[in-house]
Amino acid sequence: MMIVFFFQSKNVRRRKKLITVDGLSKSFKVAKRSSGLRQAVKGLFYREHSIVEALNDISFSIEPGEIVGYIGPNGAGKSTTIKIMSGILVPDRGTCNIMGYTPWKERASFVKHIGVVFGQRSQLWWDVPVIDSFELLRDIYKIPQNEYQDNLDLLIETLDLQSLIHSPVRQLSLGQRMRCEIAASLLHSPKILFLDEPTIGLDAVSKIAVREFIKRINKEKGVTVILTTHDMNDIEALADRVILIGKGRLLFDGNLNELRKDFGTHKTITVDYREDHNPFEILGTTMISWSPERAILSLDTEQVKISDVISSLSSKVDLLDVTIEAQPIEEIIVGLYKEFQI
Amino acid sequence: MKPYVSVLKLRLLNGMQYRSAALAGVATQFFWGFMYIMIFEAFYSETVHSQPLSLKEIITYLWLQQSFLAFIMLWFRDNELFDLITTGNIAYELCRPCEIYGFWYSKLLAQRLSSAILRCFPILLVAYLLPQPYKMTLPPSVLTFVLFLFALIFGLLLLVSISMFIYISVFLTMSPIGSLLLFGVIGEFFSGLTIPIPLMPAWLQTVAYFLPFRWTADFPFRVYSGNIPQNEALIGIVIQIIWLVLLVWLGRIAFNKALRKVVVQGG
Repeated sequence: MMIVFFFQSKNVRRRKKLITVDGLSKSFKVAKRSSGLRQAVKGLFYREHSIVEALNDISFSIEPGEIVGYIGPNGAGKSTTIKIMSGILVPDRGTCNIMGYTPWKERASFVKHIGVVFGQRSQLWWDVPVIDSFELLRDIYKIPQNEYQDNLDLLIETLDLQSLIHSPVRQLSLGQRMRCEIAASLLHSPKILFLDEPTIGLDAVSKIAVREFIKRINKEKGVTVILTTHDMNDIEALADRVILIGKGRLLFDGNLNELRKDFGTHKTITVDYREDHNPFEILGTTMISWSPERAILSLDTEQVKISDVISSLSSKVDLLDVTIEAQPIEEIIVGLYKEFQI
Repeated sequence: MKPYVSVLKLRLLNGMQYRSAALAGVATQFFWGFMYIMIFEAFYSETVHSQPLSLKEIITYLWLQQSFLAFIMLWFRDNELFDLITTGNIAYELCRPCEIYGFWYSKLLAQRLSSAILRCFPILLVAYLLPQPYKMTLPPSVLTFVLFLFALIFGLLLLVSISMFIYISVFLTMSPIGSLLLFGVIGEFFSGLTIPIPLMPAWLQTVAYFLPFRWTADFPFRVYSGNIPQNEALIGIVIQIIWLVLLVWLGRIAFNKALRKVVVQGG
């Protein structure tokens, strides 16, 4: 018993949590008014408010070095969570412990350790060259000159910024600016990086560059990354773990493959065969399309086994080619949103 | 202190880029300066009693007012800060390891400094070279001039601390228009920018002396012309510092309170 206990406690110590969020709730008061002049006049005297529950009892914990995808439909409360975790908003209830700090209580000393990128906003000064903004950040975060120079060199090299940093921000394209924004958030070597839709509005090449970069700083510098996005390719490329929220509630927390296993049981089978003018039916599948040479079937692996489907196919037609496709993650998420009615 | 100095510097350099705006400003200030002088000239030529402020002092007062407009006007604002609040970009300011009150104070100070540096010298220079009666006069002594400089600087610091309340109010109202108008009109009047305070009726003077606004404009300009004697000027500077400490203290409390309730607009 003693030995078991010893091992357990050691285990617990090694897997120390970096972020612990417990029972986080936040609601906003929203003034509402119907359209029209009469309602507008009425609104002068009496205003109706509704309470929107942005977050409702959210709990999770994150270990150092993880990349966590935080997903959910628009208005689910993703950004609100990020803002609470980065010390910007104060929640109504619940606790949040990040590296021993409560973000909103010890904001100024806490934020030194984190980097934040809000994809829809800009932290760079619009009218001055990018490098001036970087140098201001150096002074704000009191980054030692040699550390600043090392980080800057690395960021310039990996994000390909050499040609950008001397031009004013207003002359940069969105993709170029986003690369600079990400660099700006990493100059002070943060331990945790919060990315709120970092790939919004980027073209395919820039998206891939940003993803590669996030992977790299996670691997090489051990930066823990929490990212929200609507692009499931981001999640697939980056996150080992996804947290799904909807209407302020936590709906799923786990591995991406688990998510696929639990919810992505739909497969599509495309079969090519020698010309056959008799339409056929296979038990447990749905025919999506049929022609004399090709049929597309969809099935749920919980209802019917793939091997059974293929054997009954081969008994009915002369098979030439079979392709089995898993449901794209995007569709799984849409299915989940439907299932949870969010 | 370094972050605040850096933001001040960057903002100052940024503000100094706008040279044609400054040139247009200088022209406007001359227009207003001449107009005011003509009004007061007409007013003084009709008066039978001797006034508490001589015409010469008024003309100097008006030129100083035009040169240092950026130091004394409450409506002189930083729209970027308003946008930060109303669009939610304040999110980025909030994840910096420094106090936002100080950060914004530096920005506002830099904006007023850069604007005044570009404008005051050409106006002052031309005003000294103008023929009588429009000519601006030199201060009576070097000591008066030094006292004026201190009074001007503390007046500026005080004005920025007052203007911070406009920005704080926008956290609640989400629109700067009302606060700007209210602060602008009340501040301008009680700083003696519409009518110099010595020319106001006695009861109104009592009100004006009770409020902080006059220490930002009326006081330094009258120190310059010698209308306020040197020993009184010294006491005045102490009062300016007391107001400054008080308003910064109150402002920080109000600001931090507003931040705790902040709603980041626009998701």
